[in-house]
Amino acid sequence: MDSFREGANVNHKNADVVVIGGGAAGVAAGAAAAKEGARTVLIERENAPGGVLDQCIHPGFGLHRYKEELTGPEFAHRLIAEIHETDAEILSSHYVLGIDPIKRVVSTVGPDGIVETHAKSVILATGARERPFSALMIPGPRPAGIFAAGLAQKFVNIHGVLPGRRAIVLGSGDIGLIMARRLHLEGVEVVAVVEMKAFPGGLMRNVVQCLEDFGIPLFLRRTVVAIHGEDRLEGVTLADVDEAGRPIRGTEERIDVDTLVVSVGLIPETELISSFVELEPINGGPPVNSRMQTPAPWLFAAGNNVAVFDLVDWVAVAGERAGRFAAQYARGDLTARVPIRLIRGENVLHMVPSSLDRETITTLFLRVPRPLLNVEVVIGGVSCHRQLGARPSEMIEIPISAKLLSGLSQASEARVEVREG
Amino acid sequence: MRIAVIGAGVVGALIARELARFEVTSIRLFEREPDVGWGVTKANSAIVHGGFHDRPGSVRSKFCVPGNSMYESLCAELDVPFQRTGAYVLAFDEQETAALETLRTWGNENGVSDLEIHSRKQVLAHEPQVNPQVKAALWSSSVAITEPWELAMAAVETAAGNGVSVHLAEAITGIETRANKVCAVLTETDRYPVDAVVNAAGLFADRIAAMVGLDVPCLYPRRGEYVLLDKKSAGVVNSVLFPAPNEITKGILVLPTIDGGVLLGPTAVDQLPDARGEAETTPEGIREVLEGARRLVPELNCSLAVKAFAGLRPESTQEDFVVGRSPIEGFYQAAAMRSPGLTAAPAISQWLVRDVIAVDLSLRQTGSFRPSRIRTPRMAELSLEERDRHIRKDPRLGRIVCYCNQVTEGEIIDAIHRGATTLDGIKFRTRAGFGRCQGASCSASILRILARELHVEPEEIVQRRSESWILSGKART
Repeated sequence: MDSFREGANVNHKNADVVVIGGGAAGVAAGAAAAKEGARTVLIERENAPGGVLDQCIHPGFGLHRYKEELTGPEFAHRLIAEIHETDAEILSSHYVLGIDPIKRVVSTVGPDGIVETHAKSVILATGARERPFSALMIPGPRPAGIFAAGLAQKFVNIHGVLPGRRAIVLGSGDIGLIMARRLHLEGVEVVAVVEMKAFPGGLMRNVVQCLEDFGIPLFLRRTVVAIHGEDRLEGVTLADVDEAGRPIRGTEERIDVDTLVVSVGLIPETELISSFVELEPINGGPPVNSRMQTPAPWLFAAGNNVAVFDLVDWVAVAGERAGRFAAQYARGDLTARVPIRLIRGENVLHMVPSSLDRETITTLFLRVPRPLLNVEVVIGGVSCHRQLGARPSEMIEIPISAKLLSGLSQASEARVEVREG
Repeated sequence: MRIAVIGAGVVGALIARELARFEVTSIRLFEREPDVGWGVTKANSAIVHGGFHDRPGSVRSKFCVPGNSMYESLCAELDVPFQRTGAYVLAFDEQETAALETLRTWGNENGVSDLEIHSRKQVLAHEPQVNPQVKAALWSSSVAITEPWELAMAAVETAAGNGVSVHLAEAITGIETRANKVCAVLTETDRYPVDAVVNAAGLFADRIAAMVGLDVPCLYPRRGEYVLLDKKSAGVVNSVLFPAPNEITKGILVLPTIDGGVLLGPTAVDQLPDARGEAETTPEGIREVLEGARRLVPELNCSLAVKAFAGLRPESTQEDFVVGRSPIEGFYQAAAMRSPGLTAAPAISQWLVRDVIAVDLSLRQTGSFRPSRIRTPRMAELSLEERDRHIRKDPRLGRIVCYCNQVTEGEIIDAIHRGATTLDGIKFRTRAGFGRCQGASCSASILRILARELHVEPEEIVQRRSESWILSGKART
């Protein structure tokens, strides 16, 4: 894997598998690919792998994968130890400028210059970014004091500084809930968490452990409709919203806060591939098959850039799967399979993968659009899974066993439904 | 000779730079904000106009066309982005089609030579996303886009490089005159004796004029709201699209931005004369922008909006610039610079300095004027080989800090050396934090770099003005 200079007069490398992104999915993918014997290069834009886990200092990670409760940094540490046991190369402080889908070259820039890595297969593990508050186009001025929840988390947990004294959290996704507690514990007065939907966006355990245990109110069906303050935030106006999410006149209430922490959704990072892979419209990321392979057969994808997951354990599992199959592809050992295309039926929002094949055992992840009771998952008319209830905040995981696969009909499509009752 | 220029927007900045070509004892540029170009310069459409929107005979019409023709070489000299995209004025009915003829006539009288009326078919061939209901359009190839605040900063940097002293966050509180002649400008802390004053104070130019007892037309702010779309929408339009104008404004436009996004707007809502603080967006304004933009380009994907913002532009009752000498000796004005103020700015500054002030004060050109500035190039705009060469000399130019716009640590440090002290100062100089995540990924890193380079604690770094604090203190340890 020695660097050499050629025609274009920048550094060149060769690899079997290039992994883009050193978060949970990427590190798991890189370790798995290297274990399969692939010459693996993992590219990370920060100065070390770990991704967002490094700033998630709360516990709750690893219950599935390691059967114990870990903090984010602990989880990352274990994963990184796995990749360090292999001979995978980690190219840190390198930012991917582009992927040439014809030549399969990944161009990066870092403090040692431009590097072009020629790959046999590529794994996209770029994760997701936060939707900025400004994209909501809430009327008013633009004072300081409005923070994406992840940015607030980075300030507090990595840089050891506080974003304000009195805060409201907009959005009850897991990051919003975790940050409400984190700020409260740091002595910031957290007035409330405000959620536009009729149900919280994050895991139930986080609603209990982050809000209820600390007496932080959760306002459902309410949102921020105006911002006040010229230089620093001085307050926000909240209002109730109707079923369509429109503010209801007469319900406005101004609350004086100097800080607004915003957690209004994650967007899969797909800019590197969107010019040559058609994205899955609901998931927001590339469609993948049972082997985490995208429609560009040399390109695999895993993690929050495929669809936003709620547990890092599943992200790591998907990463491993992508790493294993990408290594096989690089070796020329991955034969094409006939896909069974999965069609979204009733009550299915996010769905990964987008197709199955009859030979690959995998896990199907589904997100429902609203809370449901007594659910039954039906694939191609075959009942596959039952559970007591399902919430949008927690994906349903359905093991796709050999037995289940053999039970599916010979059709090239199968409808996936989540039935209630 | 001692000269004070009031206002470091694009107009004042270019005037200060132009003055620096002459032998003058001292030139001071005063700005009330803590940075350059934070007034009208920051929130406008960033268009270099063609000169067909202005009624012949107006001062606007006199300076717009020459200003446009100066832009290309000025931007090259100052290393400021500039692109001639051309523009269409779109007509959707008979009345609007007739209005195109008026614009063409105005343009011809103003010395615009490139105007053509295009048929529906021609328009759609050049701009396939335009509303197919379009009947005809006026095409002007000379219309261009630029980055106004970058131009202001570049002009200030060259001015400073040629000896101009720049006084940021120092508002003028009074002007002394003796025998109908200016003799000093006052700020909160100091008195500066002067022989001449140039009023380029943007939204506040009438208040500066009032300090010498001049009864200039009262300015009132006209609020314009905009919506900026993600770079993913790039290519949806190739040129600047105007609707047919009405009596008040050029209307809501759809145009490419110089860094690859798409800009929609502005609205035009007149404010009370005293409403000169920060402009706010409103629900009605944002709606009007989106509706107006969809009228021109129906398939616009407005879910790609990155942000909405608002700016104030100075309007006066006479709807025209006030430029040149005044009844007070030594008091010169470049005021009421409403649209096309940005376009006219280079021509006005050149005329005002060379043909008016230099003549009045018998100034001689220096032989040592350096017209350009020294700046680290934008790495994202270089070829891979060029970037590689830069990084080998300075590895910090290979460390990406702003992921959305690929801005490096080296560029941020360069911006700090060029005068940035705040998050917005970095944003407007480097585009870091200007992209689709709006600083969510990079703000913490930029704050850290600012604190390190300026030798202060991160809590001391502010967003814009001194009251716009970002951090309240240290976390518990």
